[in-house]
Amino acid sequence: MGRKNNVSSSNAPPPPAPEPGQPEGEAPQPRPPVQVLYCGVCTYPIEYCEFGSSLTKCKEWLKEEHPEQFDKYYSEEALQAKIGTLSLEAQTKLEKDTAKAEAKAEAKADAALKKKMSSQITIKRIERNKRKHITAVHGLEAFGIDLKKAAKQFASKFATGASVTKNAQGLDEVVVQGDVSDEIVDMIEQEAGVLKGIPVDNVEIVEEKKKKGGE
Amino acid sequence: MFKKFQPSTDIAGHTPVKTSVQRSIRSALLSQWKIEPETLEAIWPKKEGLVHVKCREHVSIYTVNGEPLAFQHFDGPFYPTLRVIHKYPYILPMVKVDRGAIRFLLGGAHMMCPGFTSKGGYLPPPDEALPAGSPVTIHAEGKEHAVGIGITKLATEDIRKINKGVGVEVVTYLGDDLWALQSL
Ligand SMILES: [Zn+2]
Repeated sequence: MGRKNNVSSSNAPPPPAPEPGQPEGEAPQPRPPVQVLYCGVCTYPIEYCEFGSSLTKCKEWLKEEHPEQFDKYYSEEALQAKIGTLSLEAQTKLEKDTAKAEAKAEAKADAALKKKMSSQITIKRIERNKRKHITAVHGLEAFGIDLKKAAKQFASKFATGASVTKNAQGLDEVVVQGDVSDEIVDMIEQEAGVLKGIPVDNVEIVEEKKKKGGE
Repeated sequence: MFKKFQPSTDIAGHTPVKTSVQRSIRSALLSQWKIEPETLEAIWPKKEGLVHVKCREHVSIYTVNGEPLAFQHFDGPFYPTLRVIHKYPYILPMVKVDRGAIRFLLGGAHMMCPGFTSKGGYLPPPDEALPAGSPVTIHAEGKEHAVGIGITKLATEDIRKINKGVGVEVVTYLGDDLWALQSL
């Protein structure tokens, strides 16, 4: 029952051939894993895209990336066959639900974008002792920025130390040695390196004076 | 088990597992899963240390090289992750739900008996019947790959006979928050 056709067009498990470098015939070979083609959009195995909330995009992706698989899943016959024991009504309902879910997911994505656009980035200038400061940048992740990469970029740009650490609230932030707050704002403005897509209006600089007995 | 699971708040920490404990986990996996030692070795090489990721509510995830391999609730049975099951579908015995149930499963529902006993469903035959409390792979009508992993709430023969209420509790499914964690 459809068991034999592997999803990826690659190898059906070949008769066990001894791998080079293995002691002859002695050690038992591991069974090769089944190759599964996962959707580049919804991450499901492609046969489950129809249950996700991005079917339209999933189909486009599949047609583009794996045209040979597309017909297997979306040709007229395939659509007929997959209904299986489900009644026609139930199938229609399912399709309706899928369309609804898709619309909902799009609305959600819109909302997420709005939220992202209103997220705040705080650049905190923290006094370590009289002359020394560190700069803590918080909120970059809301813009989909990899904090570790950002830290690396700051470190090489300012030839100083930079790392990702948790602040007192347990949230990740990028901490850079030295006072580089203005420079970081400039970098955000110029969309340097990984710092892309942040509206400068969302960036705020704050000062933090030395606390008594602070480390 | 992984509904509304947020890595940032629901993970307490990562600890490398002691070699002696790793040995006992490996032998537990070999006895609980239907997997050959050499295949397990391929997905979890002996020289790769196992990392215990402690999560909320006594859920443990075990990772190899950052990739989730198995998980466990308290000291219950070890479940493979769904991605491992996709690669090695024979590790656990399988049951199958009809097409109508797929949507509910993907919404996080437990699986009711009729989903297995209807025409599109499947339960192991009487001579391979499973007791209650058996980890199972959940397949779906018309699909090649598993959609979830669960544990039988009733013995499979009772699912057939009683045919009412929850038959299999789902512990992980396609698209849940464990699925989203490709690496830890
Ligand atoms: Zn998809």
